[in-house]
Amino acid sequence: MGAGRRWAVDFSDNSTAPSSRDIPDPPGFTRASVDQDDSAVSRQKKDAEANWKAQKAWEVAQAPFKNLLMMGFMMWMAGSTVHLFSIGITFSALWQPISALQGVGKGKLSYDFYFSNAVDSSKFHFDFAVFEPYKDNKVDLLGPKLLFIALNLGGLALGVWKLNTLGLLPTHASDWVSSLSPAQEVEYSGGGIPL
Amino acid sequence: MAIRSFLIFFIFFFFSSLNPILSLYEDQVGLVDWHQQYLGKVKQAVFHTHKTGRKRVVVSTEENVVASLDLRQGEIFWRHVLGSNDVIDGIDIALGKYVITLSSGGSILRAWNLPDGQMVWESSLRGSKHSKSLLLVPTNLKIEKDNIVIIFSNGRLNAVSCIDGEVLWEKDFEGESLEVQHVIQPTGSNLIYVVGFASSSLFEMYQINALNGELLKHESAAFSGGFLGEVSPVFSETVVALDSTGLILLTISFQNGKISFQQMPISNLVKDSFGPAKIIPSSITGIFAIKMNAVTIVIRVTNENKLEVVEKTNHETSISDALSISEGQQAFALVQHAGHEIHLRVKLAHNWDDNLLKESVKMDQHRGLVHKIYINNYIRTDKSYGFRALIVMEDHSLLLLQQGEIVWSREDSLASIIDVTTSELPVERDGVSVAKVEHNLFEWLKGHMLKLKGTLMLASPQDIAAIQSMRLKNSEKSKMTRDHNGFRKLLIVLTRAGKLFALHTGDGHIVWSHLLQSLQKSKVCQHPIGLNLYKWQVPHHHAMDENPSVLVIGKCGPSSGAPGALSFVDTYTGKELSSLSLVHSVAQVIPLPYTDSTEQRLHLLIDADKYAHLYPKTPEAISIFEREFSNIYWYSVEDDSGIIKGHALRGKCTGEVADEVCFDTRELWSIVFPSESEKIIATVIRKQNECYVVNGGYGRWVVHTQAKVIADQEVIYKYISRNLLFVATVALKGSGEIGSVTPEESWLVAYLIDTVTGRILHRVTHHGSQGPVHAVFSENWVVYHYFNLKAHRYEMSVIEIYDQSRADNKDVWKLVLGKHNLTSPISLYSRPDVITKSQSYFFTHSVKAIAVTSTTKGITSKQLLIGTIGDQVLALDKRFLDPRRTVNPTQAEKEEGIIPLTDSLPIIPQSYVTHALRVEGLRGIITVPAKLESTTLVFAHGVDLFFTQLAPSRTYDSLTDDFNYALLLITIVALVAAIFVTWTLSERKELQENWR
Repeated sequence: MGAGRRWAVDFSDNSTAPSSRDIPDPPGFTRASVDQDDSAVSRQKKDAEANWKAQKAWEVAQAPFKNLLMMGFMMWMAGSTVHLFSIGITFSALWQPISALQGVGKGKLSYDFYFSNAVDSSKFHFDFAVFEPYKDNKVDLLGPKLLFIALNLGGLALGVWKLNTLGLLPTHASDWVSSLSPAQEVEYSGGGIPL
Repeated sequence: MAIRSFLIFFIFFFFSSLNPILSLYEDQVGLVDWHQQYLGKVKQAVFHTHKTGRKRVVVSTEENVVASLDLRQGEIFWRHVLGSNDVIDGIDIALGKYVITLSSGGSILRAWNLPDGQMVWESSLRGSKHSKSLLLVPTNLKIEKDNIVIIFSNGRLNAVSCIDGEVLWEKDFEGESLEVQHVIQPTGSNLIYVVGFASSSLFEMYQINALNGELLKHESAAFSGGFLGEVSPVFSETVVALDSTGLILLTISFQNGKISFQQMPISNLVKDSFGPAKIIPSSITGIFAIKMNAVTIVIRVTNENKLEVVEKTNHETSISDALSISEGQQAFALVQHAGHEIHLRVKLAHNWDDNLLKESVKMDQHRGLVHKIYINNYIRTDKSYGFRALIVMEDHSLLLLQQGEIVWSREDSLASIIDVTTSELPVERDGVSVAKVEHNLFEWLKGHMLKLKGTLMLASPQDIAAIQSMRLKNSEKSKMTRDHNGFRKLLIVLTRAGKLFALHTGDGHIVWSHLLQSLQKSKVCQHPIGLNLYKWQVPHHHAMDENPSVLVIGKCGPSSGAPGALSFVDTYTGKELSSLSLVHSVAQVIPLPYTDSTEQRLHLLIDADKYAHLYPKTPEAISIFEREFSNIYWYSVEDDSGIIKGHALRGKCTGEVADEVCFDTRELWSIVFPSESEKIIATVIRKQNECYVVNGGYGRWVVHTQAKVIADQEVIYKYISRNLLFVATVALKGSGEIGSVTPEESWLVAYLIDTVTGRILHRVTHHGSQGPVHAVFSENWVVYHYFNLKAHRYEMSVIEIYDQSRADNKDVWKLVLGKHNLTSPISLYSRPDVITKSQSYFFTHSVKAIAVTSTTKGITSKQLLIGTIGDQVLALDKRFLDPRRTVNPTQAEKEEGIIPLTDSLPIIPQSYVTHALRVEGLRGIITVPAKLESTTLVFAHGVDLFFTQLAPSRTYDSLTDDFNYALLLITIVALVAAIFVTWTLSERKELQENWR
């Protein structure tokens, strides 16, 4: 032992026997809480984490529901006539679930949103990253994912329904006929009262 | 709900504040519209050049206009347009302050205040016998201090007080078989001579006391040779006439009540005389003129009633009336043509040999000959007489000559437009000089800075005036090149004078004018009449280098068999490319939907013998024509016999008219209206330029879509046929004026007829209704205007026609996959299954013309343009004439834009296209699409011309004219600068943050 080193605490020392140390434990520190069986402690910890993850995942999966309500209110506000407001709302209502659904599969934040505003994209950010942290072998993400997908599909349906109420979906014959030019007549006739 | 409606209201407010409103603001007048006032060909002119007051000339014209013009500039002081059935017979100035007009065949006499043109009095003169109408204002004749006007009209001689128009006395000549030729009032006496012919060989003279109308003397003398035409008074008691052969001159003197004839064969006066002569009416003491073929002879009558020829000339000559310049001295003017010049001579009546004035004036060839001349004198500074002459040219223009120069001229031919077409301007070429651009840039910036000041309310009144004048005098709008929006075009107008004008749509200036060779009087063509204008060549992608040209069709004389005359005129330069005198007549002109490789449109001219002649006469045109031979039909409407006939082509002509381009025709069908119950009063087809895109490929419809979407996304298919004819007939009894029959006796029948097969697609009877019918046909609807006798109101009806045979095309998937037959060519011989919808509404105004707006692609909603009786143009949305209107439309129908049904059509004062102006004597309204889909160009013509741009659905596809680009530019620059500044600031702050 060198003279320069007076004392040192090795926190990495996992040994439970206090006798192996020359310095006693600080008061209030009970080594017992840390000193557990390695496998048992980690399993317990992991279970808690998994629980927490699952809970969080469900929470996140339910998040679009609030969004849905919000969207519904906005749509009601926008009315059924076509103008800038209603179109903007409808398209954001359509875009949000689509981008969220893309996030479910890929789980990567690799998209830029040129046409959504800052608030929306931060939300997407959350959505995207949402199932990545809860990825765990023990956590079954299928349920939350399905709910998330279902809710987003619901949002999409709401958007499409809104599009339809705005009359922007080509579901009628009139939407296809209007662009057709009138038929040509084979015969041609001219004349009138003699000049 | 309240929040939502508030939000919607807010959004609506926000958007509506961006859009320009439909009506005009006061400062927008004259930005895109222009208005020009004309008079028509001058019939008579009276000068008023007293020392006090402004010098003016009062004119009456063939368009029934009486106007007072400024003698210095030719501007109109005031003007009145009398109706087309109120023809002016004579005008004069009485008491130096009243303009007296005699009109309506001598039955209405009016006095107008000379300075401001207000009517002072009007009196109607009785009389039933049709006769010449003569107006005489004696200078020194008074009845009890009352100046009188002497009128001979309708077989009566009247003396009317100048002050209040009261008839002082009248003398009836109705009982006699007298044809009054002249009324003479010798100056200084109280006598009136009425001279005339009775039973073709009897000369009669009545001497009447001007003060009380008492008949003093009646003499008559027979002349076995008979009389021809007019008489010309040479002295107060001597007239000159021609015998019935036109070969012998008669000097008839009735001095002291004794009538004596002196005969003088013209051949004795003029050695090589030929043919019958005609007296040129004039009233110069001792001088008269006759015309034989092209030779004009001026003859002097001496005191002993001897005749001597003083001048004989081959040049076209016009002689003015006498102008008394001082006591007993009369001056008159003679105008003669010599090449590019006209020679004006002013002489004293009793002294032929000396000229008071002799001038030569250079005259534009495109004005033709001098038709009339009026002179007026003024006193020069050296106390000698100076003369000014007002001349009326062959092209109806009016010019003032003074001191050998044209002081001013008026293009009054534009008051009588026959037909209008349009032409594009040349495409802008490269090579604009830099200096010009810089200047323009500077001006541009300056202008926009001014505008910016105006927007920010910093402008002083001078600035505001400068902004306004800048807006009005925008040099862009009168440029001679094509613009991106298609607002700048040439309006090619054909006038009654046979003159073709090109007017610029920007500001209405005359780009060129051309007196057409083919419509000028010539040996072959004595009475040429201009008929129509057609687009002959409209170059676009195939033949871009060629200039567009128009075809002018005319004929020689009013009869149906008169030979036709064609002219082809380049619309960029106004040069007559060629002119043709046809051997055949022209009864119909059918522009065909085919063009040759140089973009010349094929035209079929049908003559009176029902032969078809193809133009242009090129092998290429013939081959194109023969390819489509069996698909070409034509129809004729014989309105006097009440028959509509359809014809088809049979083959080449045979016999004496055989020609490569002549085709024989055969009758296919005929519709005979019962002559006792139905008389054709109106036929209308769709406008030619709606059938084909004006500057696009042939055969393309301007109708945008064949389907009409109604409430709940249902589709109904329009029956769009270019071969539909609207015919309106009335009961024979009801063909007179409104109110001449009882409602039970009158009815109006409207037909829709297919002109290929002769099938009547729709027929509707309006009982108790009467003409006149004005109608307009567009897309699949027709709107017509008539009088309802039962309701005592005018009515407008709309008929919309829909195709039921296509109605089952409802499957979306079939339409998506293109498995339908909606665009495949159809034959009219396939049985059509149509339904019609119609509705009628009351309309307050009677109507002079109806037109409909047309746009390039036909997407923009349509407006009806109604020429009202007040000579204004009213725009009425077509939505008001929708047969699907109901009293209580459902929510879906409301959303579709259906207006709740009302019994009458609204007249919104803001929707007068002509705003505060009047297009006097309105005759026609023409709409031309601009290149910008939202905008249409409207040209209304009558005696006045009016032009404007209309956007029936507002200008949704362009920024408004007064959009402030400078403000936008400055805002962008400021924003960019702000971005840079904040960016550098934030960078710096971030750096400092990191260092901390």
